[in-house]
Amino acid sequence: MRTPLYDRHVALGGRMVDFGGWDMPQQYTSIRDEHFAVREAAGLFDVSHMGRLIVEGARAEAFLQQLLTNDIAAVEPGHAIYTLMCKEDGGVIDDLVVYRETAERFLVVVNAANRDKDTAWMRVHLPDHVSMVDHTLDLGLIAFQGPRAHELMPDDSSATDGIPYFGFQPGRVAGVDALISRTGYTGEDGFELFVESDRIGGVWDAILAKGKGAGVLPAGLGARDATRLEAALRLYGNDMDESVNPYEAGLGWTVKLAKADFAGKAALVRVKEHGPRRTLVGLKTEPANIPRHGAAVAVNGKRVGTVTSGTHSFFLGHPIALALVEAASLRVGDTVVVDVRGREAPAEVVKLPFYRGSARSALTPTRS
Amino acid sequence: MADRRYTKSHEWVAVDGKTATVGITDFAQSQLGDVVFLELPSPGRKVAERETFGVVESVKAASDLYSPVAGRITAVNEKLAGKPELINSDPYGEGWILKLELTGGLPADLLDEAGYQKVTEASAH
Repeated sequence: MRTPLYDRHVALGGRMVDFGGWDMPQQYTSIRDEHFAVREAAGLFDVSHMGRLIVEGARAEAFLQQLLTNDIAAVEPGHAIYTLMCKEDGGVIDDLVVYRETAERFLVVVNAANRDKDTAWMRVHLPDHVSMVDHTLDLGLIAFQGPRAHELMPDDSSATDGIPYFGFQPGRVAGVDALISRTGYTGEDGFELFVESDRIGGVWDAILAKGKGAGVLPAGLGARDATRLEAALRLYGNDMDESVNPYEAGLGWTVKLAKADFAGKAALVRVKEHGPRRTLVGLKTEPANIPRHGAAVAVNGKRVGTVTSGTHSFFLGHPIALALVEAASLRVGDTVVVDVRGREAPAEVVKLPFYRGSARSALTPTRS
Repeated sequence: MADRRYTKSHEWVAVDGKTATVGITDFAQSQLGDVVFLELPSPGRKVAERETFGVVESVKAASDLYSPVAGRITAVNEKLAGKPELINSDPYGEGWILKLELTGGLPADLLDEAGYQKVTEASAH
């Protein structure tokens, strides 16, 4: 599938790759340059491949509250929340962001590769008088991320000063109606902009034109993966899947066991009681040794876990990785052995996140 | 660059007398993305045709490097240790990888420019 910005990606020299069934740009010029742009000025990502659902109705809140781990009832209109959706056994179906527009209307953003699975699961549980409509194709989504994003919004845009982290407002960007959300997946301050598909191209162009002299670059999946990994933001399918529970993924803070019954609650109560079997840790290695997804992690010759995500961080100057390991087997500062192309390479267990960007909130816990 | 020949595994070789220069193609570097590190052999080592002689690591993945020809390695591009990005910026020039002294003839299945272009068109979707 192609997003409404496909022709622009090709015109900008984007190298298109398949991602969750979508043709998306891996990079335009260089992953390194795009990565630095996000950290030092701002980068513009097309994230229209992610699924967007509108859930609406008098019982919409109760429906989401019953399927999701976080406390949807506590979210005020104009605010968003990061949450997981779990199976009855506590395994993670997906991680998602829920935007509460009004008392009875929610915008739900899910991972591209999970859209069909999620909507099927949600439909099974959908009560009467709650509607769920997929707007992925008619509502585009771009992410403008970086410490200078707020000052580099194009002319004829609404003021964003009043939007808190994980808050959103309807407004205008470059003269076009948009939902302006202070959210993202890079660890930086910035915005995710929901714009009707047939008008999103103009907004994309205006942001790049305004930022041209200031170091703003269009950024592809490569820079997105590097920045999210530095910020230790989990990637569904790599760092967690249906065989991993929220506590193992280090996302116990999204599970509100005080809520009335919700999918997976009984299983998660037991995990919380006994402690998770595995835990997600951060690893750092020497430049020549990039740990990759699936690589074995060992201590004193005994395997303790597996790398879930790994890359070279140009920004930090060394490779970084997340690994799912036996609980309590490792502490920050420990040295472990990780398999790199069939040989053993030393890695240091480090604190997460690897890098804390400009995204800030007094209200929302950081995702680590 | 009429004398450059290519492999289906995306290496190139240019021969001048008994000396062959080897690198990876522009298509290969664009598929790999930003190159981070190369693991390369020392001069003096002999390699057989299609033998693995090293690894190129990009942000995305590690890939083996295959020698398009049989020979004895006479030089390794030292600049790549400090500037692996030369592979991306100038794959046919400053981003060369090895020089070999040929110990045999050129394999018959090496591709010319047009033949290699067909391979890349088939693998690009």
